[in-house]
Amino acid sequence: MEKLVIAGEELDSRLIMGTGGAPSMQVLREALTASGTALTTVAMRRVDPSARGSVLDVLAECGIRVLPNTAGCFTAGEAVLTAKLAREALGTNWVKLEVIADEHTLLPDPIELVEAAEQLVGDGFTVLPYTSDDPVLAHRLEQIGCAAVMPLGSPIGSGLGIRNPHNIELIVERANVPVILDAGLGTASDAALAMELGCDAVLLATAVTRARHPARMASAMRHAVEGGRLARLAGRIPKRRYAQASSPFEGLATS
Amino acid sequence: MKVIVNGEPRELPEGASVADAVAAVTAAAAGLAAALNDEVVRRSAWEATLLNEADRLEVLTAVQGG
Repeated sequence: MEKLVIAGEELDSRLIMGTGGAPSMQVLREALTASGTALTTVAMRRVDPSARGSVLDVLAECGIRVLPNTAGCFTAGEAVLTAKLAREALGTNWVKLEVIADEHTLLPDPIELVEAAEQLVGDGFTVLPYTSDDPVLAHRLEQIGCAAVMPLGSPIGSGLGIRNPHNIELIVERANVPVILDAGLGTASDAALAMELGCDAVLLATAVTRARHPARMASAMRHAVEGGRLARLAGRIPKRRYAQASSPFEGLATS
Repeated sequence: MKVIVNGEPRELPEGASVADAVAAVTAAAAGLAAALNDEVVRRSAWEATLLNEADRLEVLTAVQGG
């Protein structure tokens, strides 16, 4: 199957993982391995001298490329500084750009997001913006020069799935960069739907890390993403109002 | 002199560098970045960048998230 390509670089999986919410590094390691992911997000925070084990070590052991995010930033200025610190700390110019409006909904602030995206693209970053499911905003982010657009399915961590599939389809139809469904997925069918709608990849964390069995859910997500992608490429049948017999009527025995 | 490292006031000797302040808050050798008064200081410049009274230094690393 054709590989996901972001900014000219091939990735071996269409499932991008987050690391937040895992109860331990061991659980995280098992879940990431089961997911088959090739790209995984981390957050940037002040060093904690009491921290035991580093998420970076886990990603390095698993051979997974790191994608720093700007989670927790409310303004373009904060997000740009965080992205620059991540570039310095991790040696990557890829960034999952997240600029949120408030802690209650964690929805993106579109105005600050566009401002930050412009600055970071101008500074040579490969910008993957977490955005709302607004096709107009997604298009603007692509025009600015973002390497992908990452619309939410529903609020971060909510598990509400894809609340506006029509908007996701509109984004997919118009995009010339990869569309990555980011946030809100709760279970495997949500990931499959994202891929059936035409998304190029899925990014999720909570659905796996807070599942009763994280590694098992990671495996479910991996299969769902592959299944949904195959279904999209295969082309689903049109929906009909009435039944269409799958067995012929001709040649039926008569009494 | 007193500088603010990761939001906490910290007493450092005169002439202390960014590298000294980083070493005071973490034993980690990699995966770190520092911002002095909201400007990133490249790793290669940590030794040569000296701190001044009331400077604000942020020392960050990657944690679980996203």
